[in-house]
Amino acid sequence: MAPFKKILVLLAIIFALNNADATAATLGETIASLAKANTKQKIQTVKVISASGHDRAAEVLQALVGSKLYFQKSDRKVVIIKKAGSTYLLIDPLTAKELGQSPKSKLKKIRINNRIRRVIRGALGGLTLLSKNPGQRLKAAEAVFKSASAGSLPTLKKALERETDEKIKAKMVMAVAATELKISKDQVERLAAVKVLTEFAVPEVRALLGSLATVEKDAEVKEAVDKALSDIEASLVFWNGIGNIFQGISLGSVLLLAAVGLAITFGVMGVINMAHGELVMIGAYTTFVVQEIFRAYFPEAFGFSIAVAIPAAFVVAGGFGIAIERGIIRYLYGRPLETLLATWGLSLILQQFVRSIFGPTNREVGNPEWMSGAIEITGGLVLTYNRIWIIAFSLLVLGLLILFLRKTAFGLQMRAVTQNRPMASSMGIRTGYVDALTFGLGSGIAGVAGVALSQIDNVSPNLGQAYIIDSFMVVVFGGVGNLWGTLVGAFSLGIVNKFLEPFAGTVLAKILVLVAIILFIQKRPRGLFSLKGRAVEN
Amino acid sequence: MKTKFLTLAGASVIALSTMFAGAVQAAESIKVGVLHSLSGTMAISETTLKDTMLMLVEEQNKKGGLLGKKIEAVVVDPASNWPLFAEKAKELILKHKVDVVFGNWTSVSRKSVLPVFEELNSMLFYPVQYEGEESSRNVFYTGAAPNQQAIPAVEYLMSEDGGAAKRWVLLGTDYVYPRTTNKILRAFLTAKGVKESDIMENYTPFGHSDWQTIVSQVKKFASAGKKTAVVSTINGDANVPFYKELGNQGIKAEDIPVVAFSVGEEELAGLDTKPLVGHLAAWNYFMSVETLENAAFIKKWHAFIKNKKRVTNDPMEAHYIGFNMWVQAVKQAGTTNIDAVRQAMYGQKVKNLTGGIAIMNTNHHLSKPVLIGEIQEDGQFETVWKTNKVVRGDAWSDFIPESAKLTANWTFPWVCGNCQKPKFIN
Amino acid sequence: MSQSPAFQRRSGFSFLLTDTGGKWLLGIILVAIIFVPVLNLYVPKDSFFHVPTFMVSLLGKYLTFALLALSVDLIWGYCGILSLGHGAFFALGGYAMGMYMMRQIGARGVYGNAELPDFMVFLNWKELPWYWYGFDSFSFAMLMVVLVPGILAFVFGWFAFRSRVSGVYLSIITQALTYAMMLAFFRNDMGFGGNNGLTDFKDILGFNIHTDGMRVTLFMLSALAVAFGYVLCRYIVSSKLGRVLVAIRDAESRTRFLGYRVEYYQLFVFTVSAMLAGIAGALYVPQVGIINPSEFLPANSIEIVIWVAIGGRGSLYGAVLGGVLVNYAKSYLTGAFPEIWLYALGGLFIFSTIFLPKGIIGSVASFSVKRAGGVSLTGFFHRISNHMRQNLKGA
Repeated sequence: MAPFKKILVLLAIIFALNNADATAATLGETIASLAKANTKQKIQTVKVISASGHDRAAEVLQALVGSKLYFQKSDRKVVIIKKAGSTYLLIDPLTAKELGQSPKSKLKKIRINNRIRRVIRGALGGLTLLSKNPGQRLKAAEAVFKSASAGSLPTLKKALERETDEKIKAKMVMAVAATELKISKDQVERLAAVKVLTEFAVPEVRALLGSLATVEKDAEVKEAVDKALSDIEASLVFWNGIGNIFQGISLGSVLLLAAVGLAITFGVMGVINMAHGELVMIGAYTTFVVQEIFRAYFPEAFGFSIAVAIPAAFVVAGGFGIAIERGIIRYLYGRPLETLLATWGLSLILQQFVRSIFGPTNREVGNPEWMSGAIEITGGLVLTYNRIWIIAFSLLVLGLLILFLRKTAFGLQMRAVTQNRPMASSMGIRTGYVDALTFGLGSGIAGVAGVALSQIDNVSPNLGQAYIIDSFMVVVFGGVGNLWGTLVGAFSLGIVNKFLEPFAGTVLAKILVLVAIILFIQKRPRGLFSLKGRAVEN
Repeated sequence: MKTKFLTLAGASVIALSTMFAGAVQAAESIKVGVLHSLSGTMAISETTLKDTMLMLVEEQNKKGGLLGKKIEAVVVDPASNWPLFAEKAKELILKHKVDVVFGNWTSVSRKSVLPVFEELNSMLFYPVQYEGEESSRNVFYTGAAPNQQAIPAVEYLMSEDGGAAKRWVLLGTDYVYPRTTNKILRAFLTAKGVKESDIMENYTPFGHSDWQTIVSQVKKFASAGKKTAVVSTINGDANVPFYKELGNQGIKAEDIPVVAFSVGEEELAGLDTKPLVGHLAAWNYFMSVETLENAAFIKKWHAFIKNKKRVTNDPMEAHYIGFNMWVQAVKQAGTTNIDAVRQAMYGQKVKNLTGGIAIMNTNHHLSKPVLIGEIQEDGQFETVWKTNKVVRGDAWSDFIPESAKLTANWTFPWVCGNCQKPKFIN
Repeated sequence: MSQSPAFQRRSGFSFLLTDTGGKWLLGIILVAIIFVPVLNLYVPKDSFFHVPTFMVSLLGKYLTFALLALSVDLIWGYCGILSLGHGAFFALGGYAMGMYMMRQIGARGVYGNAELPDFMVFLNWKELPWYWYGFDSFSFAMLMVVLVPGILAFVFGWFAFRSRVSGVYLSIITQALTYAMMLAFFRNDMGFGGNNGLTDFKDILGFNIHTDGMRVTLFMLSALAVAFGYVLCRYIVSSKLGRVLVAIRDAESRTRFLGYRVEYYQLFVFTVSAMLAGIAGALYVPQVGIINPSEFLPANSIEIVIWVAIGGRGSLYGAVLGGVLVNYAKSYLTGAFPEIWLYALGGLFIFSTIFLPKGIIGSVASFSVKRAGGVSLTGFFHRISNHMRQNLKGA
């Protein structure tokens, strides 16, 4: 109990003196006490630190929440650490002076848990409301909204006056209202706060009002809260619908990416390529390798790793594709069903190959900064960056592919060969060469899809298996040999799936979609956009 | 053509017979079967356990083997194919004549081999946390039962330190383990006064990769004004996209903590854990626990696998405990005879890697400590809560009415895995 | 398209007499039915000639796969319908059998509930769902073994063949079918045991399935079923109807223009094939002791097609050979080379599609024909390169 008493004493001193020198001295002791505090004591300490007004307070709390605050095992001195190669650079928490280096084994981390973390975030919010960094101010406003503590209200109001950024301003208004609603005793002021909050139809406000609705004693306030809740609810339902469409499009874009390579190898060339999924997997592993190289040699340029991985995956998977075409597929033209068997065998080999090289476990592919997090359109609609990028990317890939097939000489040759091989051959087109490159193109696009999928899914030897059936469904549903069909097929399957999911559940939604495809094929045996004419028969 | 066909058919018959007519050879070594998938969907988890077994066997041989003989590990690949598990189990027992088998991961694979082990009276050590509701004479369960993982985790989340959660989302993959665990948890929560409307249950298929809808549903459910926590029994591969979606949608552990029972160090190794700091997992072992035994184990593992970056996890510890218990029991019995070893197993003690001592109970489940850890930036867990004592694994949950009546005890006078009263009582 | 040697014969009742390969197959099955039980039950355990029970069950399992392969060869080899979903019919047959055996457990389950199987008890189900009614009767269950796959195939085929869905499209939607079935059976709410499926079987008609005698019986039944399936398929393909089937395979539109109702022929043979697959499944389940949704995996269905292709499509006995050989190879390789067996299996698939386009049977047949004319081993490779050249032309 001794340290706890000590803190109480310290608290008394701090509030009594509030003298700059004294805070510095006692803050040092307070921080030092972190080395052997339990959860409750740590929470107290955090409060003391944030109330100290010391200009290093935010820094220290930042270090604590970011797992950078350690103590030395020998003398229990608390330090902030900075990684320097294999050892740690020690920094004094109060003076920011460097204290030399120490190996990891001589240090021990000051542990925190969610409860402490929550307190720190609230405290940090109060401390960083006036920060120069708009991002930090935004976070601070959000944190203060959640903690809604009386202590930060004056700072909050000050910050609100200074604020120029509309978005942050809105958050601060929200935080002020939330705090006033919570601490004020005046009915008029509270009703005004509820009114302000009603303007913000976001889940957080709903949560706040919802918790209030159950405990509120003032009848008038309760009525206002209930009304606000139902208004917010209505608005959330609307944005939820919009969100559903976005999720559907996002799922569709994933399906599109997975299927578009297959639309070339299967749709255009007629090869039932069961190893398509494994080519996607190769693309994902290429991303992993590229990122490893970046981590090892250019860690500061990690954000560009994806940009490098895209062409790399195209080349690697395309190379595999050309090798597969020359080694296996070319002996099987005209026997589409047998390409299925050979490529199935190939997919087993490729899976085991990757397992032998990279091991059977998942590999970590990181999201670069610009693909992490989400953008808030309104409170009720949050769109994640990686999904937005993947949607854009899938459309870009499809667009480029269509351009390539329509506008280049090679695209022309490719179409000629697939439509009438003997004729194309007699016109002087090297059909074998075109075949190899076409298959390489389809495989390369599969590889590029792998880069995108590595951002949202596992990078493991099983990656390909997860997408192969869906890809075939999309191509067949859209109509073999038609890229627009693939586009429409992918997006409609994605959206239908996402609209069914909330009602039917994930599994049933998927089953219903499959049944719908089966029935649809009865109606249109050659898919959504089918080729017409004699050539279709074979 | 006739002759060709005959030759071919004859050749295949001969090949078949040579395969199975296992020439009886003198047992110069003690054989340990390793029945883990090395290909297919489960290879991702099970290959590590195969390597663990090879390491443990190698280590024991360095110590001079067992009963003066070398131990030989026999590895087969059941290829994540459940009926093949049964076939391979038979092959291990009948053809290779192994003295014990360490293996399996999924519940269905265990159910598939169970009749084989019972019929042939062999012994299986099963190292993975599972749904309980089973106690076989021929299986030792070294993973956690629900009362050694799920219940303590939920109790922690209900406590002040865990965030005093009042509203619960139970997310799981649709198979027996999550279904049973959630059923037990629902009963437990209701007993603690949680209303039905404050519990949301949701199931997804294996390998589910599009979590957008479900994560936004969770967000919506959590915005009802009560502190909400998520209990995840999501299996294997589906976890990575799930956590990625959580991170991207900005669900922080301080707001909606997610406690998982199937996410260990191995699963986190495929993830960028920065956005996940603070989410929880409940296990009997964490790699980050600082004890001498654990440090030695990790060192040996890194030397064996020749990769400093490889992590250790809970099922590996389960194999470590199981194998060492079996070695002790064989020494004590002085033979590898199944019945003698089984008797010697009861009350066998082995030091846990996380401190304390694991004991094998007569219901074939272990007494082990329960740990709750928070995910850290480096992909490790940090213990935030630990039971004071070891917790005894229950074969039959007290929270399912039909199962609460049953007792598993394989010693006199019970000698039964699912009885309401002892067999040998007058 | 490959023309099987067996096909170029008269039809009629003499269909078996002129079928050399078939006679050999039936002969081997007969020998196996007599010798395997004797070698297992009456030869002492330590004798070299003793066949362990474990091997009897394995052989029995291979035979059920052989029957399954036979059913696929009937539609693919003779009618050009490539089903990538035949595993679904196999699994349905298996589930019907499994449900019967689940009901037979009765009060011997872990919870001692006489009415409900264990998995229903712990999922809190209060009463048996209606679709489980009747499965306590053996004859009803046996009827379901053929009826359920048959009806599904009939309904599915009715829609598909009438709409003239063919070729790859048909293959892909059969795959969608089995995939949808797999997802459905995975759901615990369906009442088929979810992912764990049905296990812990005890007996059939009161006979304990874990005894040597019962295992041998099941093996003999499987062998008989293969023989029966073979004779049935041979009868169908040798009949006039069989000739129409081959016509459909080789030129569907022309056959239609000649006035045949192509869809009825397809529907008939597809339904028969599904029923055979159902029987195979029913015999498979008691021998391996478990049935669960992974049998519906599209990958399994693709593998069946590969057995047929490796054995030799369009000969029936080739399918039997392929079903047994590939599965034997899998059993052997997963035990002997656990780390690298997938390379071997995958390599085998690629090798056989490129170098043995007619499967083992087809290649052996053409090889013997050559050798009769006095060509040596180099001729074999010559032969193979000829195959490849022909294929390059797009035969």
